[in-house]
Amino acid sequence: MKKSYKIDVDCANCAAKMEEAAKKTAGVKDAVVNFMTLKMNVEFEDGADPKAVMQDVLCGCKKVEEDCEIYL
Amino acid sequence: MNKKQKKMLLRILIAAVLMIAFALLPLKGYLRFGLFLIPYLVIGYDILRKAAKGIANRQVFDENFLMAAATIGAILLGEYTEGVAVMLFYQIGELFQSYAVGKSRRNISELMDIRPDYANIENGAALEKVDPDEVAVGTVIVVQPGEKIPIDGIITQGSTTLNTSALTGESLPREVRAGDEVISGCINMSGLIKVRTTKEFGESTVSQILELVENASSRKSRSENFITRFAHYYTPAVCYGALALAFLPPLARMLLFSLPPHWHDWIFRALTFLVISCPCALVISIPLSFFAGIGGAGNAGVLVKGSNYLEALAQTDCVVFDKTGTMTMGVFEVTAVHDNTIAKEDLLDYAAHAECRSSHPISRSLQKACQKDLDPARVTDVQEIAGHGVIAIVDGKTVAAGNDKLMKREGIPCPDCESDGTLIHVAVDGSYAGHIVISDRLKPQAKEAVAALRKAGVGKTVMLTGDSKNSAQKIAAQLDIREVYSELLPADKVSIVENLLTKEKKNRKLAFVGDGINDAPVLSRADIGIAMGALGSDAAIEAADIVLMDDNPLKIVKAIRIARKCIRIVYENIYFAIGIKILCLILGALGIANMWAAIFADVGVMVLAVLNAIRALYVKKL
Repeated sequence: MKKSYKIDVDCANCAAKMEEAAKKTAGVKDAVVNFMTLKMNVEFEDGADPKAVMQDVLCGCKKVEEDCEIYL
Repeated sequence: MNKKQKKMLLRILIAAVLMIAFALLPLKGYLRFGLFLIPYLVIGYDILRKAAKGIANRQVFDENFLMAAATIGAILLGEYTEGVAVMLFYQIGELFQSYAVGKSRRNISELMDIRPDYANIENGAALEKVDPDEVAVGTVIVVQPGEKIPIDGIITQGSTTLNTSALTGESLPREVRAGDEVISGCINMSGLIKVRTTKEFGESTVSQILELVENASSRKSRSENFITRFAHYYTPAVCYGALALAFLPPLARMLLFSLPPHWHDWIFRALTFLVISCPCALVISIPLSFFAGIGGAGNAGVLVKGSNYLEALAQTDCVVFDKTGTMTMGVFEVTAVHDNTIAKEDLLDYAAHAECRSSHPISRSLQKACQKDLDPARVTDVQEIAGHGVIAIVDGKTVAAGNDKLMKREGIPCPDCESDGTLIHVAVDGSYAGHIVISDRLKPQAKEAVAALRKAGVGKTVMLTGDSKNSAQKIAAQLDIREVYSELLPADKVSIVENLLTKEKKNRKLAFVGDGINDAPVLSRADIGIAMGALGSDAAIEAADIVLMDDNPLKIVKAIRIARKCIRIVYENIYFAIGIKILCLILGALGIANMWAAIFADVGVMVLAVLNAIRALYVKKL
């Protein structure tokens, strides 16, 4: 399953860090962060609960870049 | 500017004023240190905090760390003004970058401002505004002059002119009246129309286009991946380089040559090195160039599905055209009926009914020539045979309508015809009944487009068609295309494109241009599949990498020019930024470039690269 989320982040490098962090989160098959359109497209693994997974993704992102936001 | 940016601007101003004031005062010792700490912390506290957090999270080598290390080092060496200035200019650069990105983000969303906010539904005498998402298929909506058509549909009442420029980049308005199909995103200019929706909002043209544009830059190009990889190795490499520069030469001087070590000097050079090395100019300007390029292309009616396709398009060396609907109008007209054994009207009637389920342009022209309303109830057992034609039962009679291959397949002998155009042979109950000649017209810009492609450096142009050899050759001669393959089934087109692909040189790409009808497999097989005139055709939008919103073949050339411009800017930025940086790194290591040159190499290069990137947005004159 794929979902798209609006995000807020200040720099391209920070967006890349968020992408890294999201990819590493359990339950996420693949993630792409688009800094230009401020969107995060997440592909979930089968059977994963998007809501719970996205909470972890947000936590992971905040860890690498505190100045970021994902609008869930 | 948003709130964050305004706050940053204020910090920059305060820090700049304080820095200049303190630099002019004749201060000494700890007082000087203490006073300079104020502007330093005002401008740099967030960087320092992020750098500390980075170290705590073991994400050491990022630009925050570079800046923190360089400025703290400079201050420890007593170079207070430089330390504060580096931080100050770094923040100015960041502010500029965030402003520029925000601005181009807004620009592009304005360019693609086609999202309708509401749909009007008739509720008694009054109009009710509802969310387009909630409108069911088959609902009649009302579009007043000046409003956007929110959902694809068919006009049931009224006539008007539509402005399609937001979708196609074409400024000529389109006349429509009852019975015509309209697509969402067009602006109704003159009259009130009622439209029966044929799709849900989510499936309407406008939603598809927006989704495509919004997701476009997620597919990263090779240059973008290169920059990510580059930054990954580059930043740590420079940090270790700076460390080596700080310690190795002084140690060497001391131990090997018994010279004074000049610690201060070398450490300062190492700090300069750190400031120069910040990779932000590259990290921001490359994606920004692609983003602007894709946005500019979208405004010109060229939808690009990803920056990788923009990159591939710039390398196009061979363009393969489908004939029908691409180089020709695709509006076929019945020009003659020959060798008919039954009445001309009956022949047309059978053929039109047999083909009535098909949306192929040929069947539409048959329906038009038939000059009466078709009754689909008369037709049963329709078999469409790709590349051949159709066989159907009409009024209980088996009607076969198609090309000579169909006749051969059915074992019916058919005569040749000298006429220019496509022949539809018709057989009724296994006996030959005559053939219909259908001619297509060349698009007025087709010849110019082929010439312009050649001028733009495209080495090879090829035309593919399912049409007869005769008419294919004629069209090709008119267009000055030398390589033509005719009488092809959709599968043949794929194998020919595959064959052409193997002949392509490395780093050269093959583009296939089709109208999306029957050529989805070829569109996906080619390096770049370009669908044209694809408004409202889901299959084409799905299969193609690049979608031309109107059917003007000159747009192909324009798309290539846009791609070339964008890629040129990307390479300019890569070479310029890396070049200046390497130059400054060398000069810095030699002690020729001071901290101020380093600031230029960092912030100045970034500003110039961003400004250059934004140029990709302007594609009007290409």
